[in-house]
Amino acid sequence: MKPPDAAPGRLHRWLERVGAAVIAAGEEVGRFFFILYSTLFWTFRRPFDYKEWVRQMVRVGVDSLPVVGLTAMFTGMVLALQTFRGFERFHAGGFVASVVSLSLTRELAPVLSALMMAGRIGSALAAELGTMRVTEQIDALYAMATEPIHYLVVPRVGACTLMLPPLVMCANGLGILGGWLVAVELLGANPVVYWQRTFQYLELNDVMSGLIKAAVFGLILSVTGCAKGYFTSGGAEGVGRSTTAAVVMGSLVILLSDFFLTKILF
Amino acid sequence: MPSPPQNPEPASGALTTPPKIAVIDLWKAFRGKEVLRGVDLEIVAGESFVILGGSGAGKSVLLKHLIGLIHPDRGHVVVDGEDIACADPAVCLRIRRKFGMSFQEGALFDSMNVFENIAFPLRRHTAMTDSEIARRVHECLELVNLDGVGRKATSELSGGMRRRVGFARAIALQPEILLFDEPNTGLDPLTSAVIDRVIVHMRESLPVTMVTITHDMRSAFRIADRIAMLRDGRILAVATPDEFRRLPDPYIQSFLAGEPLEEEVA
Repeated sequence: MKPPDAAPGRLHRWLERVGAAVIAAGEEVGRFFFILYSTLFWTFRRPFDYKEWVRQMVRVGVDSLPVVGLTAMFTGMVLALQTFRGFERFHAGGFVASVVSLSLTRELAPVLSALMMAGRIGSALAAELGTMRVTEQIDALYAMATEPIHYLVVPRVGACTLMLPPLVMCANGLGILGGWLVAVELLGANPVVYWQRTFQYLELNDVMSGLIKAAVFGLILSVTGCAKGYFTSGGAEGVGRSTTAAVVMGSLVILLSDFFLTKILF
Repeated sequence: MPSPPQNPEPASGALTTPPKIAVIDLWKAFRGKEVLRGVDLEIVAGESFVILGGSGAGKSVLLKHLIGLIHPDRGHVVVDGEDIACADPAVCLRIRRKFGMSFQEGALFDSMNVFENIAFPLRRHTAMTDSEIARRVHECLELVNLDGVGRKATSELSGGMRRRVGFARAIALQPEILLFDEPNTGLDPLTSAVIDRVIVHMRESLPVTMVTITHDMRSAFRIADRIAMLRDGRILAVATPDEFRRLPDPYIQSFLAGEPLEEEVA
């Protein structure tokens, strides 16, 4: 080919690649909102499968308690340890309790719990629905005049959205307990003062905003997981891809939305 | 239910009764590749209709159009005078309830045992009591010669058994139309013959219209009232099994003989 043709050719290819990436990203967003919209649409339609709801709520809530609880507890412990070392340099060691309770309820408990849940539940949802997709079980549901979104997605998304706030509430408690243990037992803080300081600056709004965040994160991670699973193609490899993508995408969207939620809620 | 016509069709000639399912000028492309290119079919109530075709001829895609799992780019699928690609979800659901579909690998729900699988559509769509459901599941299993496997997990079943459980699940709601997606694929000749016998037995004992897609010639001749040949997304011919054998078309003759045409090899 003549040299002048080379440049437009390269540009063309580059534009094509950019265009394909933009379309792929658009598809991803579209799928997320399709699942979100259909879930909302089908949530209030009969039949209401309460057994499945309870099953999913146990799976999401009760079964995740150890993981979320441990995460929160150790976060509280580390937080107390770190802030104590820093604060005592300017004689503010007494405020460790306030820092621990405020940062846990407002930020750390909801975000860390949601990230753990994205790993635990988001991936499980993607793998479960993805396998059902590639083995035609989702088509079979449809063929039995059962809307797959209604039967599969609604209880899962509902359970995640409803169960994340109570989980985060437990995480708050365990995190504060962890901080208390380190400060009082390890660093010799006054237990009564520590306890007072924990609640001195903590307002209901702090806790509530954390719980609202938790519900939104639950919605996001479950919709992401379900969308990834629901639109899986390409056999076992496809299921693997969906599972990984569900965790990565779910975590990223949680962190992104955390910023905007914090901006709105405070 | 109209009674099955005694003498189904004079080859592909005009129909005397209105068709149960009419496929009109159906077109479908995936990512620019045309899979169906103007399919026209009329399936009479009560007949066993087999769609024959090689791998990649578009058989599965055509079958999924019949039940509305895939929406056509152009054309219509009309069931009892109603277009399946209608806008109203309630009508759509009502049309879909006329169908029972058996999937290639059974598509059984692996989170449930055999009994639960067959009971699923009954629990979902009827107000039957537990004992009525148990009786119906038992009837369905008896019809596919699988009595007494209700408590088994789906993972314990052999390939042939999985399909028969799939059949039992498909007939649980007493559908008017039964669709079979490659019921013999991946089975040994004896198991395959057993499956065919079960299909013929179901046809004799139930007032249903059956549509089967397969690439298995022997199976097609065993179960069909009429056979349609699908090639490159178009219907090549429709005929009764006896007439089908005598069709002069070189592709059909090569398919019957199992000897590929020169152009197929190239």
